[in-house]
Amino acid sequence: MTDTSGEKRGMQAFETVLSQQDTRVAEFEVHARSPLQMLQHFLHGNPTAVPAIVLALGVIVFSAIVGPRFYSAFNLSLILQQVTIICIIGVAQTLIVLTAGIDLSVGAVMVLCSVIMGKLAIAVGLPVPVAFAAGLATGAACGAFNGLLVVRLKLPPFIVTLGTWSIFFSLNLWYSGAQTIRAQDVAKGAPFLQWLGTPVDLLGARLTYGTFFMLGLVAIVWYVLNRTALGRHIYAVGDDPDAARLAGIRTDKVLFAVYVAAGVICALGAWALIGRIGSISPQAGQTANLDSITAVVIGGASLFGGRGSIVGTLIGALIVGVSRSGLALSGVDVLWQEFAVGSLIIVAVTLDQWIRKVSA
Amino acid sequence: MSTAAFSTTADNGAVRQPLIEARGLVKRYGRVTALDQADFDLYPGEILAVIGDNGAGKSSLIRALSGALVPDEGEIRFDGQKVHFRSPLDAQAAGIETVYQSLALAPGLSIADNLFLGRELRKPGMLGSVFRMLDRKKMQRMAREKLTELGLMTVQSINQPVETLSGGQRQGIAVARATAFGSRVVILDEPTAALGVKESRRVLELILDVRRRGIAVVLISHNMPHVFEIADRIHIHRLGRRLTVVKPSACTMSDAVALMTGARAPQELAA
Repeated sequence: MTDTSGEKRGMQAFETVLSQQDTRVAEFEVHARSPLQMLQHFLHGNPTAVPAIVLALGVIVFSAIVGPRFYSAFNLSLILQQVTIICIIGVAQTLIVLTAGIDLSVGAVMVLCSVIMGKLAIAVGLPVPVAFAAGLATGAACGAFNGLLVVRLKLPPFIVTLGTWSIFFSLNLWYSGAQTIRAQDVAKGAPFLQWLGTPVDLLGARLTYGTFFMLGLVAIVWYVLNRTALGRHIYAVGDDPDAARLAGIRTDKVLFAVYVAAGVICALGAWALIGRIGSISPQAGQTANLDSITAVVIGGASLFGGRGSIVGTLIGALIVGVSRSGLALSGVDVLWQEFAVGSLIIVAVTLDQWIRKVSA
Repeated sequence: MSTAAFSTTADNGAVRQPLIEARGLVKRYGRVTALDQADFDLYPGEILAVIGDNGAGKSSLIRALSGALVPDEGEIRFDGQKVHFRSPLDAQAAGIETVYQSLALAPGLSIADNLFLGRELRKPGMLGSVFRMLDRKKMQRMAREKLTELGLMTVQSINQPVETLSGGQRQGIAVARATAFGSRVVILDEPTAALGVKESRRVLELILDVRRRGIAVVLISHNMPHVFEIADRIHIHRLGRRLTVVKPSACTMSDAVALMTGARAPQELAA
């Protein structure tokens, strides 16, 4: 290649053979796939299919083993009630996990918010709407604090929220004086805070307003994630932050908004928590942190970000509820319930890894 | 061919105004100077290749032009107007689109989502303004039209995630995104580096097609045969600044490499 001035325009010599070749470079041809690959592609395209199938199988198996005591409308609605808190906190967790983060402080934020709502309304005697708003603001502030540390100082979310988990929990113990506000005091002083616990009887099923609130929240967050630009940006930021930034997305703003939104959702979870247990205890909701992560992971979200769905999280929470209830009604020791949930998590993460390896 | 058309306009225009004109760009990273008083000119409707050895500062130059990097000193004029790009969004708004070597696609999102990433279309009326609802139908239709126009697809799979595509297909999607939005300049960073011979050829045809639409192209490439084949002018970058600009018809590949590596001085060859 010492002098190429004669052949500057047009093909290079080594490329001349190309003229006889197939020039379709970007055609979306369908390769022959093995059944396993087809399954892999199907699951890749329909990430909520796995949890949905598992949930259906769980319901069928336990119905067969336990019988009517399990599949009665009453028991199924009880399961729905039991998963309300996990699911709401799981929605917050899903948003964080979609951005490739993780939030260990969600449970602590929820309890702190419930204590602030209760104490301001009942012990301090502020008007209930003010106390409620203060609770929501606390959730937003906690989320903003997490978000600031993650976005500005670029600390890993795991470490940040491991720290703020303890911080928020200590604040909660300090502010509440480790005192529980009794259910009857809440009912007298601030019945609005228990409103989500109002039961609704429907064809033998017993639901609460909290269940509908949870479903409404799931619907709203689903809409934001799937039908708005912000939702697409959340997925993009989790998928490939550099690509998102170069595509013109303000990744800092998106991340920060996600943490604040998660905080507010935790505060809404606090409201549902008060409705569920009636009293306001600084020791309540201790397991919400890990349970929410369990629901998100079993629901098919990837801890590496960019993959997962809100409906998946709802189903994930239901799977946990169904397996706990089913095993309990089968007379299985509580420790095996934990064993089952743990195994589900491992299986879910393994499946996620496999699905991610999907090839063209 | 359009090359001929280009040459005549070039000869006719007594004083052509550069579309992008950068003067004295400086960027330092600690003690490393990536850009050292670098100049840059791009004229309307041309394909300008930028070549230089690794570490010569090509990427920094391109990132400054595309808004991904804010230079410490110097000025950039776009269409005669002084501009300050603080983010890729600013450059995009001005009409400068960049196809990065990494392609900057979100692998988990669909082709349509990726084409509109960062500038999604919302539904008209209340649905769009209050509820921020995306107009997915319209985006899918436009994405399909755009890809068909560039000869990049058979119609059915606009909702396929990008990660299921081959390297050449992804490159095509990235180029389609760059040209889809009425842009005036497309910057391509090593568009053929990761591709096979056949796919590279298709991308080169795509670049020529982009110029045919009157969009100016900046092509960063290490592939001398490709550069000499399609470029109208070649900007040679060395040690953080523009060494010289040559016409491919007036110099050979070995000349260009000699200039690039400092084996030869530019005076004898300047275009």
